[in-house]
Amino acid sequence: MGRVVVDVMPKPEILDPQGKAVAGALPRLGFDGFVSVRQGKRFELEVEGDVTPEVLAAAQRAAETVLSNPVIEDVVRVAAIEADAIAGTIVDGTHA
Amino acid sequence: MSALGAARVGVVTFPGTLDDRDAARAVRLAGGEAVSLWHGDADLHGVDAVVLPGGFSYGDYLRAGAISRFAPVMEQVVDAAHGGMPVLGICNGFQVLTEVHLLPGSMIKNDHLHFVCREQTLVVENASTAWTNQYAQGQKIVVPLKNQDGQYVADEHTLDELEGEGRVAFRYDGWNPNGSRRGIAGVTNARGNVVGLMPHPEHAVEAGFGPESAEGHKAGTDGLGFFTSVLASLVSA
Repeated sequence: MGRVVVDVMPKPEILDPQGKAVAGALPRLGFDGFVSVRQGKRFELEVEGDVTPEVLAAAQRAAETVLSNPVIEDVVRVAAIEADAIAGTIVDGTHA
Repeated sequence: MSALGAARVGVVTFPGTLDDRDAARAVRLAGGEAVSLWHGDADLHGVDAVVLPGGFSYGDYLRAGAISRFAPVMEQVVDAAHGGMPVLGICNGFQVLTEVHLLPGSMIKNDHLHFVCREQTLVVENASTAWTNQYAQGQKIVVPLKNQDGQYVADEHTLDELEGEGRVAFRYDGWNPNGSRRGIAGVTNARGNVVGLMPHPEHAVEAGFGPESAEGHKAGTDGLGFFTSVLASLVSA
């Protein structure tokens, strides 16, 4: 199983009302020091076999035509990810 | 349209559409024949005009209107719109029209993040479109507004172009209820046959069931002009 991750973010010049609301909530919960928050979307596209250059190219086209609206959003990442790196099970240097 | 019969106005139903019945009723009250169109049927059944009504098609998943634009009926609607057929998108229908690129810009979440439901005053900024020709230029009308993702956005160049070409069809009056750029409530294409707006004219078409009005309690029928306009434009076409 191969997986492609597509990250979509609101364009920098578009006010992000959801991110702004989250930014307002953080200090109330004691998370000081975050001066702004922007909220985007992450898609995980799964294929039967490996993530070939053709699969990546198709994912890029899907990202630009369906998964995002270029008037309000930017596709900021289209990349193959390891099966064990799907959302919720990311393992990095600090926590698991 | 046939000279003897009433103009036939199609009303599209997508999964999650809410206001198709009200839109059909508005067509009938204006003197037209309402024809139900199904999202999965790639056929306009010979209608003279099309309304994309409000609601939450496909649950607003992905983005409001983003999945509906790929419905089989939409290919027909786009072709017909390019051929000059009058098309009106109300609320979610407006979002579908921007996603399918018949109208510029897009809608994002209201700036205050709340669902808003109110009787909203609009200024008719362009009274020469297929859907506004029975209004006077600059006329103020009151129709219901109800949305969550109603903040109209476009880049500055597009906004300048819309203003310069008289393609801002409606502007919010008194209060900007969702943070829309330049108070824009609705826009039209260059030809004036395609119009989209966030507020709901189809909910202000019959005395007793409309907004508060000088004529009486819930007596407002300011929205009826959309539907008499399209019938007038079809007769003169």
